[in-house]
Amino acid sequence: MSELDVRDAATPPEPAATPVPDPGLEEHVERYTDVDDRASRATYRQIVAMLGAVPVLVVAFVVVYFAVPISAEFALFGTTWKAQHVLLGGTVGLAILLIGMALIQWARLVMSDVEMSEERHPAQTGPEARAVLAADTKAGVEESGIKRRALIGSGVAGGLGLLVVPALLALGDLGPWPTDAVRAKTIEKTIWAEGIRLVNDVNYLPLKASELVVGQLVNAEPENLQALHGSEYQIAKAKAAIIVVRMDPNSIRIPDSRKDWQVDGILCYSKICTHVGCPISLWEQQSHHLLCPCHQSTFDLGNSGVVVFGPAARSLPQLPITTDADGYLVARSDFTVPVGPSFFERDSSKDFKDGDN
Amino acid sequence: MAKPTKIREDSPALAVQTPPEAPPAVNKLAPAAEWVDQRSGIGKVIKGALRKIFPDHWSFLLGEIALYSFIILLLTGVFLTLWFKPSMGEVEYSGSYELMRNIPMSEAFASTLNISFDVRGGLLMRQIHHWAAMLFVAAMTIHMLRVFFTGAFRKPRELNWIIGVGLLSIGLIEGFAGYSLPDDLLSGTGLRFVDGSIRSIPIIGTWVEFFVFGGEFPGELIIPRLYMVHILLVPGLLLGLISAHMALLVYHKHTQWPGPGRTQKNVVGYPLFPVYAAKAGGFFFIVFGVTTLMGALMQINPVWLYGPYNPSQVTAGSQPDWYMGFVEGAIRIMPNWEWHLGSTTWSWNIFIPFVGLMGLLFTGLALYPFIEAWVTGDKSEHHLLDRPRNAPNRTAFGVACMTCYGMFWAAGGNDIIATQFHVSLNDVTYFMRVAVFVAPVIAFIVTKRICLSLQRRDAETVLHGSPTGVIVRSPDGGYTEAHTPVSQGEAYTLTRHPQWTPVESGGRVRQRLSRWFAHGQIAKPTAEDIEAASHHAHPISPVDAAADETASIGSGKDAE
Repeated sequence: MSELDVRDAATPPEPAATPVPDPGLEEHVERYTDVDDRASRATYRQIVAMLGAVPVLVVAFVVVYFAVPISAEFALFGTTWKAQHVLLGGTVGLAILLIGMALIQWARLVMSDVEMSEERHPAQTGPEARAVLAADTKAGVEESGIKRRALIGSGVAGGLGLLVVPALLALGDLGPWPTDAVRAKTIEKTIWAEGIRLVNDVNYLPLKASELVVGQLVNAEPENLQALHGSEYQIAKAKAAIIVVRMDPNSIRIPDSRKDWQVDGILCYSKICTHVGCPISLWEQQSHHLLCPCHQSTFDLGNSGVVVFGPAARSLPQLPITTDADGYLVARSDFTVPVGPSFFERDSSKDFKDGDN
Repeated sequence: MAKPTKIREDSPALAVQTPPEAPPAVNKLAPAAEWVDQRSGIGKVIKGALRKIFPDHWSFLLGEIALYSFIILLLTGVFLTLWFKPSMGEVEYSGSYELMRNIPMSEAFASTLNISFDVRGGLLMRQIHHWAAMLFVAAMTIHMLRVFFTGAFRKPRELNWIIGVGLLSIGLIEGFAGYSLPDDLLSGTGLRFVDGSIRSIPIIGTWVEFFVFGGEFPGELIIPRLYMVHILLVPGLLLGLISAHMALLVYHKHTQWPGPGRTQKNVVGYPLFPVYAAKAGGFFFIVFGVTTLMGALMQINPVWLYGPYNPSQVTAGSQPDWYMGFVEGAIRIMPNWEWHLGSTTWSWNIFIPFVGLMGLLFTGLALYPFIEAWVTGDKSEHHLLDRPRNAPNRTAFGVACMTCYGMFWAAGGNDIIATQFHVSLNDVTYFMRVAVFVAPVIAFIVTKRICLSLQRRDAETVLHGSPTGVIVRSPDGGYTEAHTPVSQGEAYTLTRHPQWTPVESGGRVRQRLSRWFAHGQIAKPTAEDIEAASHHAHPISPVDAAADETASIGSGKDAE
């Protein structure tokens, strides 16, 4: 029967009739396993063998679980493997796989493969049922009296709509509200302050200006970070991390406004990228460029941290430093602008722009 | 007060002595099934479903892979929750991984190490879970592409397409929430990225950041919150949407490829019981078995190599899981546009690639069926799939979108491309900025040409038969290949597709789009063409074929 003969409103109009009539379903072709007894028996054996391997693998799994210590390792193909992990996964994985393969072979080669056809019906509810539905809906609406007492309907809808307000307000304490005052104490401030020593970020040893050589970069933190723990520590560290570099003062540009922010070519910058906040650490000693490994924003530390490449839009904030009486590097103040990624309320007019002096 | 019971004189129970006629044994359900059915009537539902027909094609398995990997994720995920501690509280590690001993870290990270090193089978479950998550999103993506290119999203399946888009989008959130949980250096970097991205939302960004993280980044709430999202909220949504997706699939009955006897009014294939139950069930075990072997043999997310999260450290070459790669790439190649207006900052360099691109992708996907229906004016139901070549503009548009996605995705590895191929990172970035716009155009043109060529070949095959592989030399020394007529079934399959006709109503834009969509297709052979060609038909003989290559002509009639 051709498709055209059975078309109705729900089936698509065929703009051009099919030039070749539909010959109908193909004749069923028997499989090799249907006609050849040996092939059929071989398939049966194959399926049973696959299922028969499953209990063996499960026993092996149990043996491995108890007999192989969790720390045992072996070397193969030039790498070290965790013995228990690999053997547990290997045995149970293979067992599961074999069950799947056996089931599929059963379906493919043993079960009937005669194709069947089933009628389709339009997705829509039939016309009689639709008429009943429409009539019922109408009757229900009538009986509810909502047409004559319309305010009830608006009241219910409005009331339910208004419940959104308490539902949302209940979430108001998800976090502190970032008002001007809160921001000034949180994201616009770090634990740097006047006189705080710059310390190595691994061993917390203070950095002596005289011990830094030209070309050297040190990852550093404020000395007072040590006192913090847990989330306070993480929050503080996520803003206070710095890099200290010493460059030849004659090969870099130091603007007049920042002459006293550095000590003999030792400059200190925020380590937190002004793009989305990754810690920046790839240092090109000769060009004085610092590259963020996350999104490749590149900053020129020899030019007050301006962006020379990449998606970051703002210069890396510089920390004003000096030395204390013992010759150790100390901060002269907190950062003069908020560190890290931009946020809407951030006043970005004070950031250093290329060419500022 | 209760009335006294009336006593009947006769006893019908005693009078009726003949036992009820026993129904024939063959039509009786098993006792357990009887028991359940007497109490639930579920037989009425199962009766229709038991022998439901499903068509057979490899491309219909892609969605199944997604479903099965979701089940694997539920199973392995439950196992992981038994030990995982979603806490950012600081502890000193004291487990058996010696390199991390006495290092302060979050409880989340310590418990992840514990699962990996001290729970038997723990690392296996973690790795199966992660591989299955990768597979889940990949299978959903490829399944969606299959549905797109075959036109299976058309009426009446638009709702199911939208549900699918919902599944894909919240699947990304689920995956991201999941790989953020271990609180290792890589996942913490991912969270830092999300923090920076949320902040970029104009006007409300800072508020959203403070509400999501419970204050400043990283705080101590984000992991417990993501844990709830990951194991309760999103899986619940996924489960609900998957149920709806499956229910609609069953109700609509599966689409099928065109072919002899396959019409808009039927579905041809094998019954659910027993064939599809065994095939689909077996396929579940195959997917499970393969992911288990992957978990056993292929390392994934070795968090103990990255170490606990430290906001002042990052690994070079850090990348998210593959499905976030397109956003990562967009973030990397976006020019650094930022407005500084008064005392406000508008970070278009982050907002456009992060919110803008994801919004564009998922909105575009959700709207596509309606846009196409509007352009083609097609309001009819479709149960036969389009061969992608027969919808050249749709196919070319789809490939163009895939190419655009692929370019963004590749840009997410611009540093890896630069180091592996020894090219300049900056040049790769500049190239990608152009490629995301130019490559899709090239892809569109190339794909459309390929589709049209394939349509031409189909027409040739119908008119002139298919090549036999027999090369014949003619008396005067020329070589030609003999052709043999195709069967009526094949000729029908190659000619049954509708030809696009542009709409003639609607506004100018719609008419132009509609003309464009219908433009450029190859007219399929008409019955007259085939008839005319068949008049040339000779019995296939090498001499005839050699004399006139186009003379060996197939037609439906000859094939019968």
